[in-house]
Amino acid sequence: MIEVKNLVKRYGDHTAVDHLSFEIEKGKIYGFLGPNGAGKSTTMNMITGYIASTEGTVVIDGHDILEEPEEAKKCIGYLPEMPPLYFDMTVLEYLKFVADLKKIPKAKKASMIEEIMDMVKITDMKNRLIKNLSKGYRQRVGIAQAVLGYPEVIILDEPTVGLDPKQINEIRELIKGLKKKHTVILSSHILSEVSAICDYVLIISHGKLVASDTPENLGKLAAGSNNLNLLVKGQKDTIRAALESVESVKEVTVKKDTKSTEEGVYSVTVGTEENTDVREKVFYSMVNADCPILEMQSKKVSLEEIFLELTESEKKDKNPEKKNSGKPFFKTAADAENYLNEKDSGESEAEENGSDEEKEEE
Amino acid sequence: MLAIYKRELKSYLTSMVGYLFMFFVLLIAGIYFSAYQLTAAYPKFEYTLNAMTFVFLIAVPILTMRVLAEERKQKTDQLLLTSPVSVFGIVMGKYLALVTIYAIPVAVLATYPLLMSKFGTVAFGSAYTALLGFFLLGCANIAIGVFFSAITESQVIAAVLTFVFLFAFYMMNGISSFFSQTAMSTCVTFGLLIIALSLMIYSMIKNAVISGIICVAGEAVLVIIYVVKSSVFEGGIQKVMEVFNLSSHFENFTNSIFDVTGVLYFVSVITICIFLTMQTILKRRWN
Repeated sequence: MIEVKNLVKRYGDHTAVDHLSFEIEKGKIYGFLGPNGAGKSTTMNMITGYIASTEGTVVIDGHDILEEPEEAKKCIGYLPEMPPLYFDMTVLEYLKFVADLKKIPKAKKASMIEEIMDMVKITDMKNRLIKNLSKGYRQRVGIAQAVLGYPEVIILDEPTVGLDPKQINEIRELIKGLKKKHTVILSSHILSEVSAICDYVLIISHGKLVASDTPENLGKLAAGSNNLNLLVKGQKDTIRAALESVESVKEVTVKKDTKSTEEGVYSVTVGTEENTDVREKVFYSMVNADCPILEMQSKKVSLEEIFLELTESEKKDKNPEKKNSGKPFFKTAADAENYLNEKDSGESEAEENGSDEEKEEE
Repeated sequence: MLAIYKRELKSYLTSMVGYLFMFFVLLIAGIYFSAYQLTAAYPKFEYTLNAMTFVFLIAVPILTMRVLAEERKQKTDQLLLTSPVSVFGIVMGKYLALVTIYAIPVAVLATYPLLMSKFGTVAFGSAYTALLGFFLLGCANIAIGVFFSAITESQVIAAVLTFVFLFAFYMMNGISSFFSQTAMSTCVTFGLLIIALSLMIYSMIKNAVISGIICVAGEAVLVIIYVVKSSVFEGGIQKVMEVFNLSSHFENFTNSIFDVTGVLYFVSVITICIFLTMQTILKRRWN
């Protein structure tokens, strides 16, 4: 459906999008996830032909966006970050104008506009001037504009930004509904949103694709390594020795608890093997060591943390090992998982792995 | 293109700007018409038109300042540029809408000679030739305004730039008389222009060799021409500046001449401005 190959966008010395490649298949909802300034909007603007790429190609349904712009643009409905609305028009006038722009045949126009206004629930507002609408309604008019003409691909740039929770839910349901007939690409920096509605997630950071997989697979990756946070009273060495002897505990860090005023209270982090619950064992080992547990918290590495891990490149740059190999490129969640595990254990294999990935990319 | 034309026309007719433009053109026309035709009973309508060409200096920037600048500021250009419409279609749709707005006061002006004919003999041929010239002059001015609206996203800057350039073109006769007409001064001026041009090329392509060659070759040609036949350069500055003198090309129309070169001149100005506008929009996509 959409094929993006080696897409690069440079603004002077700054590289906003850096050799991005992916494919979009029909009938799915794709999510672009990334922090602010990751290059999501720039990528979308290049796919829709609003700006030209410095290098690389975008092919939509067999039409190159730069060579056959009109054919390619016919397949796309686009809602940019700011809905492109004319404030001096009423909703109906505006949608009629967009229908004319998209060259929708006169016979179908009126009924199609009615249908879409029903779908996004703006029929009551159709004779209101757009400048008098609230932000939520403006966003809906923007979505209506993108859906108009039922293009095969609908691209939505942060469609739920600035809406109240009820509206966000409505818009999400709406987007899920679009899936039946269209391919949808949406961008967001909100993780829960993407995992709730998307069939496939592309995580972008600093213009690069750092991971792409289904939310389930990324979720499995998240469930992988577990951490246990404890607050224990006792002797530092006793605690460490007792915990290390527990089965399937991988690493133990014991630090003086700074928050508590009591003497001899340590905050302990226990890293465990995958999918194992060591809480009971830890409890009994502490009882045996005569060190009372004041607090115990099981902490799963959430999708959020993986997202942060993947997108935080500054930290990586500080790490001299990876400075030369650049940012890693993950094709699947499994790759990302490996990378994370290596990072956790601080092994230098990561460097090799990183450079391997680089070669693959080339 | 038709969709954009219709939207633009409607937007001008539902906001103040279109009416303000028409009001201003007709007000100035009315004042001069009263003075020349009604009070002095002068039969030549051309005089009125010739006297009121300054109206474009103020009316055109008001009309054209928002046409593309506003689109960019409100980000609605994202809608236009991502829909299946060519850039030519966008620019032409907008330009033709402006021309249509301008055609309304011109149509009103067209009734004035008819009114005059009630009270005496009017040379309709020369009156309507002048009106055609007036219409073309306005269209050329609007095209210049559209171009300046495309290069910025601020309406104020677009209006000021349009005014400054239209004013300079309007005063071109006076400005060109400041310059000496001798061959020597022309040659020196052109030489300086070539150096400036080479520097501009250098800043764009960052290649010292190519821009150096262009500079040296240009200067050499100038010197050779000056040595072989210096009379070519006499009054050269004035000739070049004459290209920008919109109103002098209009004057022939007011002297009862249907000036084909004038028509061609105005059409060329419009074509070049539309082309530059399109290039400005296309270029921005590549930045």
